Amino acid sequence: MAVAERQHDLASQAATKPAWTAVLHDWVTTADHKKIGIMYILMGTVFLVIAGAQALFMRWQLVYARHDFVSPDVFNQLFTMHGTTMVFFVGMPMIIGMANYVVPLQVGARDMAFPRLNALGFWLTLFGGLLVYFSYATGGAPALGWFAYAPLTTKTFARSAATDFWALGLIVSGFGTLTAGINFVATIVAMRAPGMTFRKIPFYPWTILWTSVQILIAIPPLTAALIMVMFDRQLDAHFFDPQNNGSVVLWQHLFWFFGHPEVYILILPIFGIVSEVIPVFSRKVLFGYEFMAAATMAIAFISLGVWAHHMFVIGMSRTLDMYFAAASLLVSIPTGIKFFNWLATMYGGRISMASPMLFCMGFLAMFLIGGLTGIMLALAPFDFQLSDSYFVVGHFHWVLIGGTLFGLFAGFYYWYPKATGRMLSERLAKWQFWLLLIGFFLTFGPMHISGMLGMPRRIFTYEADRGWELWNQISTIGAFIQAPSYVIFVWNLLWSLRHGKPAGDDPWDAFTLEWATTSPPPAYNFDSLPVVHSRRPLWDAKHPDDPDWQYE
Amino acid sequence: MGGLVLLANSAAQAEQTSIFEPASPPAESIRTLAILVFVITLFIFFVVEGVLFYSIWRFRRSKQNAGDPTTEPAQVYGSKPIEVAWTAAPALIVFVLVLASTRTLWEVKPNAPAPSAGDNALYVTAIGHQWWWEFHYTSYNGEPLDFITANELHVPAGEDGTPRPVYLTLRSADVIHSFWVPRLAGKLDLIPGVDNLLWFQTNEPGLYLGQCAEYCGTQHAGMLLRVVVESPADFETWLANERQPAVDDPAVAQGKAAFLSETCINCHRVRGTPADGTYAPDLTHLMSRETLASGLVPNDRENLRKWIRNPHDIKEGCLMPAFGLSPEKLDLIVDYLATLK
Amino acid sequence: MSNSVDPTGAGVALQARTAALATPPPIEPEHTLSPAMWGTIAFLVSECAFFGTLIVAYITFLNRDTTGPTPAEVLSLALVAVTTTCLLSSSFTIHAAEKALKRGSMGGFKFWWAATITLGVAFLAGTAYEWTGLIRDDGLTISTNLFGTTFYTLVGFHAFHVTAGVIVMLTILGLALRNKVTARQEAAVAPVALYWHFVDGVWIVVFLVVYIIGR
Repeated sequence: MAVAERQHDLASQAATKPAWTAVLHDWVTTADHKKIGIMYILMGTVFLVIAGAQALFMRWQLVYARHDFVSPDVFNQLFTMHGTTMVFFVGMPMIIGMANYVVPLQVGARDMAFPRLNALGFWLTLFGGLLVYFSYATGGAPALGWFAYAPLTTKTFARSAATDFWALGLIVSGFGTLTAGINFVATIVAMRAPGMTFRKIPFYPWTILWTSVQILIAIPPLTAALIMVMFDRQLDAHFFDPQNNGSVVLWQHLFWFFGHPEVYILILPIFGIVSEVIPVFSRKVLFGYEFMAAATMAIAFISLGVWAHHMFVIGMSRTLDMYFAAASLLVSIPTGIKFFNWLATMYGGRISMASPMLFCMGFLAMFLIGGLTGIMLALAPFDFQLSDSYFVVGHFHWVLIGGTLFGLFAGFYYWYPKATGRMLSERLAKWQFWLLLIGFFLTFGPMHISGMLGMPRRIFTYEADRGWELWNQISTIGAFIQAPSYVIFVWNLLWSLRHGKPAGDDPWDAFTLEWATTSPPPAYNFDSLPVVHSRRPLWDAKHPDDPDWQYE
Repeated sequence: MGGLVLLANSAAQAEQTSIFEPASPPAESIRTLAILVFVITLFIFFVVEGVLFYSIWRFRRSKQNAGDPTTEPAQVYGSKPIEVAWTAAPALIVFVLVLASTRTLWEVKPNAPAPSAGDNALYVTAIGHQWWWEFHYTSYNGEPLDFITANELHVPAGEDGTPRPVYLTLRSADVIHSFWVPRLAGKLDLIPGVDNLLWFQTNEPGLYLGQCAEYCGTQHAGMLLRVVVESPADFETWLANERQPAVDDPAVAQGKAAFLSETCINCHRVRGTPADGTYAPDLTHLMSRETLASGLVPNDRENLRKWIRNPHDIKEGCLMPAFGLSPEKLDLIVDYLATLK
Repeated sequence: MSNSVDPTGAGVALQARTAALATPPPIEPEHTLSPAMWGTIAFLVSECAFFGTLIVAYITFLNRDTTGPTPAEVLSLALVAVTTTCLLSSSFTIHAAEKALKRGSMGGFKFWWAATITLGVAFLAGTAYEWTGLIRDDGLTISTNLFGTTFYTLVGFHAFHVTAGVIVMLTILGLALRNKVTARQEAAVAPVALYWHFVDGVWIVVFLVVYIIGR
């Protein structure tokens, strides 16, 4: 009944379709979390295509030893912009956008706590990204690497204003990220539906809450450090100026104090998505919710204390090396707990391999490997060989693509029907999945090998007699197999808007509140304030004889 | 068949810089740790990935076990004993790895002694520049040294049970660099304002390759390392030659005058001549090196001429400008430099 | 059944189905701070991280200078004691203002709120006077040495936060003078007061690190 009435509404709307200028004005001035979430995701998608193209240029340059497809300086700009773009203008916006869309719905709220602040956050993030890309107008992007080690950022070694645009852009987008963190905390803590205590919150908002805590603690040190860089460059300050007793190592500590929690900001929400999808597609409750929740908190806290494992080769004392190695290894315990709990959720279930679950399985299979290479890198002495080599490049792409991106795709396939009222094409999803998986394997697998064979990172070319060429060629082939999978995904998003199967309110027979309203939801989300008694309100509604609240 | 040849060839080349071909105690300790962690992680991989694939296959919702779509499988909310078990097992593995890496760390990063008479040890200060290596030899076998060379590091091999450790003090003249010769040791950074210490020792004479491993600007990729390990006798011969001032062959007097009249001397040093620059590689015994441009091209007359004519033809973006020398002057200077053995 | 409030009937149906069988335990009301207060607390956590970073930089570079003026040479404890007293007193005055507002005493609120602003401005004036002396007489600028770099950055950002607080308070004072502020706006004033207390708290740490420990 709901679907028929909704279609009637759509039809009557179509008769009086507003002008495109009115639609654009609506989107540009909106404070609706759903629209803002979609804009964040659009931003991430556009920058994904740009950063992906940068990657293809790099892979082509590295396909032969002593290749001269691009000049050394252009290559160095490419890896700088590729890293900065992927972390700050693809990963963060997509994660914040998806959370923006889903979290208020899942906690039963009408919108985020501060809708206008939410809009400000999006526009700050976008303008920050544009500012960084404005550096091309100075004659070239910065060539610093995404972590911009001092003193490369000083005026002596980075003379053009490109570095200033880079730092300013990240300061601005950092403010956007902070506002998102503030908004998520206030929404999740103070705007949950009646009956949804902290112990009954769905898992995804729980992970977003702890991601937000990490944002609040980790982003300001980066902002402060970037301000210090600007002061050094523009006001002749001496923070990172070794000739005046400044410390280049201080930059590394500050950057990685941000940089390590940053990668957990990029993965904790994914743990949340996966914890939503696996139960629905296994038809079972999430195994061990309390332990999962505690493990999330443990990961959030431990990740704040391990940053110098990115600095094992700077010559710290053995004691410090051992502390950071031990702390970094410690994080594998709560991560392992999560992994086993997901497996236990699947075990004994009735598993459907629809597109969201397919990508979750890809995530599980790949993230395990990325986690294991992470354990190798946590061993400080082993890191003396592996740090700054292609092994690390292989590792972090494995967890970022195999982990973050696969998880994000699972979320897209899961929630796109809710946001648009249409299902994404399963056929295109399978093409995307297999091309991506195979391409990704071929691109980043060989990097572990070339790293162990002595290939350092960030080199625009290499000698022919090192034995690295074969592995680089396999990587390049893999990259060109991956590339079409992203095109297929974007095509799927666009095509399904018009031609996707109508989704209805609850196409996946799921458990959480967002599926209790229409697809897409009305601007005010819910017709009446939902009241919940357990972690799976819709399970309770569909199984009144066996509700969760009797067992939680 | 061609693929196999490619693979085999590649493998042979790869041995030169593989972390699995250690020739020195620190690299060996690290390889031992590496094997341990590989065994552990492979075990974890097969078990966990195995459970994953098994679960996907066994509990799939195929036509056979789709059954009545309105019945759901048994809902299992959790199990405290199981959670404790799979927390304890990883904790145990973590504990073992912490112990193993502590031991390796202390083996790899010992406290280095000060030079003393008859210690059979070589002390060199390595200074990183954009994009070349400066090596300042300070002590061998307790005897003080004081000469500077560039890009190719000659060291003695241990012999007859007497190890000859090499202690490298690492500094930087500009940005952060990293000294990485995988077969000899893990890498360690050269940081402006900081002194770091790296040690290695080997009993196998030969050429050990490496390169800078911390992005340091345009030609980071062109900052290659060549460590030439020689028998003690050969090393001492090389050392004796290096300690001499530059060869002064009267046959190239005109070339020497041309060299000294150009701005070369502002950056380069040739001991025994007025050329005393510190900004660029020391050229006193240029021809004792096998390569030019920190390992990029063989050191022969043709490459030397090409380099001086326009360094950017070999190393685009490097800090040495092309001086627009006339061909005649260029040849004179090349003739002179070719005598600096 | 459907109506204009719940056209699809989904909400009612959900509750009806749940109510039909076993009764869940009653829902206890959750007492928590308002979203605005939680948002302010979250913001202040990020400010702790920001100032923490600047303080870490300050402490890292203490006694690392080989040239230029040192803290002991140029920092005047007397002047900063006065400015500190002003700023810390303003925490009491803003608390008095909040209490007056809760009581409904608008006259009291305006008085104590204006007093807070005055004390804040006095702090800023004192800081400006201190800096003028440092730059003109002692030759200490942000580029002189590490002390200059870290001092102006840390104290400067704190002063910037005081300034921002003063501007917000002036805005509220303006509204209050036009009688637009009543006891019902307490929920909007509380976050501002919390922010102000935080700024004072940061100053206690900065004062101790820069003027006591570091001198």
